[in-house]
Amino acid sequence: MHSIREDRTMNTHQFEVIVVGAGGAGLMAGLYASKTAKTAVISKLYPTRSHTGTAQGGIGAALASQEEDHPEWHAFDTVKGSDYLGDQDAIEFMCSEAVDAVYELEHMGLPFDRTPDGKISQRPFGGHTNNVTGKPVRRACHAADRTGHMILQTLYQQCLKNNVTFYDEFQVVDLIMVRGAAAGVVAIELATGELHVFHAKTVIFATGGHGRIWEITSNAYSFTGDGPAITMRHGLPLEDMEFFQFHPTGIYKLGILITEGVRGEGGILLNGKGERFMEKYAPKVKDLASRDVISRAIYLEIREGRGVNGQNYVYLDVRPENVNKYAALDGRTNPDGSPFRVTGEQILAKLPDIVDFCRVYLGVDPITQPMPIQPTAHYAMGGIPTNMYGEAISDEKNTVIPGLYAAGEVACVSVHGANRLGTNSLVDLVVFGKHAGLRAAEFAKGADFQPLPADPTAFVRAQFESIRNADGKDNAFDISVTMKKVMFDEMGIFRSGKGMEHALQVVRELKERFKHVSVTDTGKIFNMEMINVWELGNLLDLAEVTTVSAIARSESRGGHSREDYPDRDDKQWLKHTMAYVDEKGRIELKYKPVVITKYEPKVRTY
Amino acid sequence: MEITIKIFRYNPEKDKKPSYKTYKLEGIETDRVLDLLEKVKGYQDGTLSFRRSCAHGICGSDAMRINGFNRLACKTLVRDVGTRITVEPILGLQVIKDLIVDMEPFFDNYKKVMPWFINNDPEPEKERYQSPAQRELFDDTTKCILCACCTTSCPSFWGSDEYLGPAAFVSAHRFIFDSRDQAAGERLKIVNEVMGVSRCHTAFNCTLACPREIQITKAIGELKMALVTGRLD
Repeated sequence: MHSIREDRTMNTHQFEVIVVGAGGAGLMAGLYASKTAKTAVISKLYPTRSHTGTAQGGIGAALASQEEDHPEWHAFDTVKGSDYLGDQDAIEFMCSEAVDAVYELEHMGLPFDRTPDGKISQRPFGGHTNNVTGKPVRRACHAADRTGHMILQTLYQQCLKNNVTFYDEFQVVDLIMVRGAAAGVVAIELATGELHVFHAKTVIFATGGHGRIWEITSNAYSFTGDGPAITMRHGLPLEDMEFFQFHPTGIYKLGILITEGVRGEGGILLNGKGERFMEKYAPKVKDLASRDVISRAIYLEIREGRGVNGQNYVYLDVRPENVNKYAALDGRTNPDGSPFRVTGEQILAKLPDIVDFCRVYLGVDPITQPMPIQPTAHYAMGGIPTNMYGEAISDEKNTVIPGLYAAGEVACVSVHGANRLGTNSLVDLVVFGKHAGLRAAEFAKGADFQPLPADPTAFVRAQFESIRNADGKDNAFDISVTMKKVMFDEMGIFRSGKGMEHALQVVRELKERFKHVSVTDTGKIFNMEMINVWELGNLLDLAEVTTVSAIARSESRGGHSREDYPDRDDKQWLKHTMAYVDEKGRIELKYKPVVITKYEPKVRTY
Repeated sequence: MEITIKIFRYNPEKDKKPSYKTYKLEGIETDRVLDLLEKVKGYQDGTLSFRRSCAHGICGSDAMRINGFNRLACKTLVRDVGTRITVEPILGLQVIKDLIVDMEPFFDNYKKVMPWFINNDPEPEKERYQSPAQRELFDDTTKCILCACCTTSCPSFWGSDEYLGPAAFVSAHRFIFDSRDQAAGERLKIVNEVMGVSRCHTAFNCTLACPREIQITKAIGELKMALVTGRLD
């Protein structure tokens, strides 16, 4: 990698649109932007390694393939799921676009599972309901339990078909801003360690989430929040960072995701006494309540001594005999009105990857044994604030930053508010990825390239130089482990003022220790140690912003649940947090109102 | 328990030739080999380089040879391979550094089979219909994660990286047997070329190596059958 004193000859590229990240949102943006603008997609991974590929259960859209459904119902469920913190104009937009988005994916070749009459098959999912009866509705369009994998593959294939330019295994490390507008990015080519400058008219961040802050997580190693960490360093705000989703069903200790689709197919949660406890917490939809509700229920069961064998886990049970027993008790029916019943072969056909994960990682066969699960850090509701066209905004007045866009998990539109509904991450990335791509290309057509700064890589070189020159008395892995533990213990499903203050203190100590971290690899070629340390710096910065944002919010809402403030407080807190970091690292919090269209905040029960 | 892990090491900026280094560390039966590599890198030798991302067998980043077999490090547990473990890069692709190989020839072969959906009819308002039976025909080959475990276990690919290889055939199969796709003929022509399916000698290495348990040899057999009969059923 370049030393700060090295000569400044470098590799410079020019594109009208630069997309950072090649998951679902980045590929969708790249696909659409490249139709009219010179576009490149840059990813630190090969695109097919992106985390979209791990999404399992389905993508939500009111197709009404098998039963009555409406985009308006999807919108209301999303608003309610968000605990009324989602912006309703954006939610209505997303849910109405979702239907065509799914058909578009099908036209691109996505192999959805089919109904007997050849239509796209849909399954029930948490929080998605028939708004008249309040019962679960079949809205999640699925390809077995690898829907995300099929979306990622299909979009990548379409990008290849359309000759989209890719820079694979390039780590973007900085955004170039000129007079308040985006002018490109700086990236490290992993194979050579060389710095590259991508001069651009527009930049779209689609870098995904930052779930690697937490000890038990479903998130990939690569989910280190590079996008928000980079924009934050430019003084740009991060929205609603205190809201992070814990998925109820991660594999015990490992955190690997077990899709909500298991419960959509009839699976139930059982505590250590063999009781179906969700009846107590969500009498109407039970095991298909919203994720925040179920994660809290599991935590409470465990805390009250009803974990399995006194351990920190409960069971997710999809054994056919139990599925059928509870389906009969619930009076659950198939779309044709016949009683809902399943066989082991059907479970295996619908959930092959889940069965495989359980066999490999747990030595458990879910057809004959229940699965030990615990909640796992899963999804960032917060991120880079944008409007519903993917345009990044710089303040509480929604001022658009010229040339800067964000889409997918990295962005906060906000359509997920305080808690995301299952399947909506995939809707989000397809819908907003597309619109960010379209908007960016349109902007690029009417804009000139801005002159690059005299030394666009100066900041990055200084940043890496300080890592390289650290005295090396501290260990990055150890810092990482400590951060993850305290964030899981104090910034998890239940929080308290005291606990969060403790987390903040620890994270700040770790940030100090980070200045002394050791990097032993001095090479240029695939210096993954250096990259990983840089990523850890991002996670620490985001852990701090998350914690500071959370401490200020003296209420409980969605994924932010405080024992010292157990109720939602719409009077004071029906607003989005906007966190800004100044050059000295001080965090300032401002707020902006939630957009309400037609859904007045109500008490949220399932 | 104490685990001994012997790792192939090569730093092109320092080493004239590769070597093996052995590390000892504490682990448990359910540790993934990837967990062990992370610990070695985190506490013993930061210069150790490998690719990884999702850590549960879906992203396909961490294909390596573990005790002589191609596997994903994140899907291989200590209880599967024991406490004496040897980890090497996959074969047939050039080693760049440690366990990282040059994936470009692999992806180039993938791209040669036109791995994208082709249907030039006007798009319907809703979905194109497909029966569950038609969908089932190519279900298995939609699972591929492009990890390269199969292709780099194939003796024909070791012979020449021009050979398209099992992963490319799997992708070709996924589209050729999709009732909605219209380019089966073109793709069959490609897999019928000199470096195509005729070089598959049914060693079954690919099927054994696949971490997604795709019946790859069977899929290649279906391609060969389609070439002989001109039929896709």
